[in-house]
Amino acid sequence: MKRLRKNKTKTAYVYAIAILLLLLSIVSGVLFGASGFGASELIRAIGSRNADSPEAVILWYVRIPRVAAGLFCGAALAVSGALIQGVLANRLASPSVIGVNSGAGLAVALCSAAGVAGGPRMSLFAFIGAFAAVMAVSLGAKKWGASRGTVILMGVAMNSLLGAVTDAVAIFAPDAGIMRSDFRIGDFSAVTYTRLLPAAVVIAAALVIACTLANELDVLALGDESAKSLGLNTGTVRTLFLILAAALAGAAVSIAGLLSFVGLLVPHAVRRIASGEARHLIPLSALFGAGFVTLCDTLSRVIFAPYELPVGIIMAFLGAPFFLFILIKGKGGHGNA
Amino acid sequence: MLEIRNVCGGYSGKEVLHGVSLRAEAGRITAVLGPNGCGKSTLLKTICGIVAASSGQITLNGGDLLALPQKQRAQRVSYLAQNRQIPDITVERIILHGRFPYLNYPRRYRAEDRRIARDVMERLKITELAETPLGCLSGGQQQKAYIAMALAQDTDVVLLDEPTTYLDVPYQFQVLRQAGMLAAAGKHVVMVIHDLSRAMETADEVALMKDGGTVIQGTPERVYCSGALDKVFGIKMERIQTGGRWRYFCTEA
Repeated sequence: MKRLRKNKTKTAYVYAIAILLLLLSIVSGVLFGASGFGASELIRAIGSRNADSPEAVILWYVRIPRVAAGLFCGAALAVSGALIQGVLANRLASPSVIGVNSGAGLAVALCSAAGVAGGPRMSLFAFIGAFAAVMAVSLGAKKWGASRGTVILMGVAMNSLLGAVTDAVAIFAPDAGIMRSDFRIGDFSAVTYTRLLPAAVVIAAALVIACTLANELDVLALGDESAKSLGLNTGTVRTLFLILAAALAGAAVSIAGLLSFVGLLVPHAVRRIASGEARHLIPLSALFGAGFVTLCDTLSRVIFAPYELPVGIIMAFLGAPFFLFILIKGKGGHGNA
Repeated sequence: MLEIRNVCGGYSGKEVLHGVSLRAEAGRITAVLGPNGCGKSTLLKTICGIVAASSGQITLNGGDLLALPQKQRAQRVSYLAQNRQIPDITVERIILHGRFPYLNYPRRYRAEDRRIARDVMERLKITELAETPLGCLSGGQQQKAYIAMALAQDTDVVLLDEPTTYLDVPYQFQVLRQAGMLAAAGKHVVMVIHDLSRAMETADEVALMKDGGTVIQGTPERVYCSGALDKVFGIKMERIQTGGRWRYFCTEA
C-alpha cells in the first residue's frame, strides 16, 4: 500500500510540474519577444481599450496566436508520437521518423505551389498527406510481417521518398516558399488566426478522442491476440488511432512546418519520469509537449533579439541533451511496447 | 457445457482444423494434447474468436458462441495467450484491463471493476505487486499477472495456451494450482499443455488431437489405457502409483 501511495504521489507531482511548465511557457511567451515592448507595457495593453495601439497589436496579433500555435502544435505532435508508438509497438516511431510529418509536408508544399495559402483546406490536405504516409507504413509492415526494426526502416525510406518529392515540388514552384528554412525546421513566425483556427479545432477534437480511448491504446499494447480476446476490434481501433495521429501531425505541420523531435522526445520522457499507461501518457504528453514547444519558441525569439531562430533549432539544442540525460539516468520504461 | 462440433478453420489460405470436436464441462480441467502443429492453439483461438471458424458449431450451455460479437464473446470466454507482450503498465492496470469487455461510456472503469481487480490480486496473493510495472517482474510473476487478468474477466470459459512454458518448476505447480482453483469455482478450463506427465496428473479430461482433428477424449485413465498417446506421439507412456495417485512419465518407444 505504501508503494501504491508513493507512485500516486509521484504521478501527481509530475502533473503539477507539467502544468507549471505550461503556465510558465504561456506567461513568458506572451510577455517576452523580439519587439521593444516590455512586460509592463503589454500587461497594460491587456486592460487597454485602445485596440490599435502598437502594444495591443503585438499582443493580440503576434504574441497570443503564436503562443496558441506553440501550445497546439506541441500537444499535437507529442500525442501523435505517443499514439504511433503504441500502435506500431515501437518506441522509435514518431511522426517525423516514419514519414508522417513528411507526408503532411508534401501536401502543404503542393497546396503552397497551387496557391492555397492556409485555412481549412491546407489542414485537410496536410491530414490526407500524413494519413497516407502512416497507412502506407502500417499496411506495408502488416503485409510483409515486418519486425519492429524494419517498420522504422520502412518509415525512414518513406521519409526520404516524400522529402525528395517535396524538394522536386520546391524546384518547380520556387515562389511557394517551401524551401524556406522556417518550413523545413519548423517555425511560428508566420502564424495567423486564419492558419491557426481550423488546425486548432482539429487538434482539440483529436486530443479529446485520444484521451477517451486511453484504455484501448493500453489493451492494444498487450498484443493482438490478448487484445482480441478482450473484445477489442484491433483492426478498427488501430486504424482509428492512425487517423488521430495523422490528424494531429497534419494539423501541426499546416501551422508550423516540419517540427521534428517533439513526437519522439516527449512520450519517451513521460514514460521515464511518470508512467507508460495511456491514461497518463496521453494527457502528460500533451501538457509537456505544449509547454516545451512554446517555451522553445519564446527562447527562439529572445536569445538573439531582434533576430529570430526557427523554433526547431532551439528544440533540438535543448531537447537532444535532455533526451540523452533521461535515457542514461532515467528509470522505468521496462516494457517492450 | 462447452461443446465444439466438427469445427474447421485456420488462417488465410491454410486450414488447420479439419472437423475437430471436443466437450468441456464446468468445474473441470480439460487438457488438449497433441504434437506440434496439430491445431491445439488454433482451436483455442477459434473458441475465443481470434481465428474465424469456417464451419462447425461452438456452443456454451446451448448458446451459439460463434454468433456472438467479439465483445460479448469476451464476456463469456477468456484466453491466456501463448505469446504475451510486456507493455509498460502496472500489474493493477493489466488486471483492470481484464474488465475491458464490460467497459462502456464514458470509457472509464467503474468502482465494481476496481473491486473485482483487488479481489483477484488478493486471491492470487499479488496485492503487493499492484503498482509494479510488468517489465520489472520475473517470468512467473508476469504469468501470474496475465492469469489474474483472465480471472478479472470473470468468464464461464477460461482458455490457457501453454500456461507453464518457460516457467520454473515451482511456478508451474502454482499455475496449475490456479487452474484448479478456476475449475473449483465452476469455470470450464481448457488448457493446451506440452508436458504430458503434468497434463495427465492435473486434468480431469484429456482431449488428444492429431492433424487438426480429435483422436480421443476422456479421463486420463481412459486415454492412457487406449494407447492413443503412444501412437500419436511415438513414445511409450508409463505410470506408477504412489501415495494413492497415478504418476505418469514418458520414455522413448
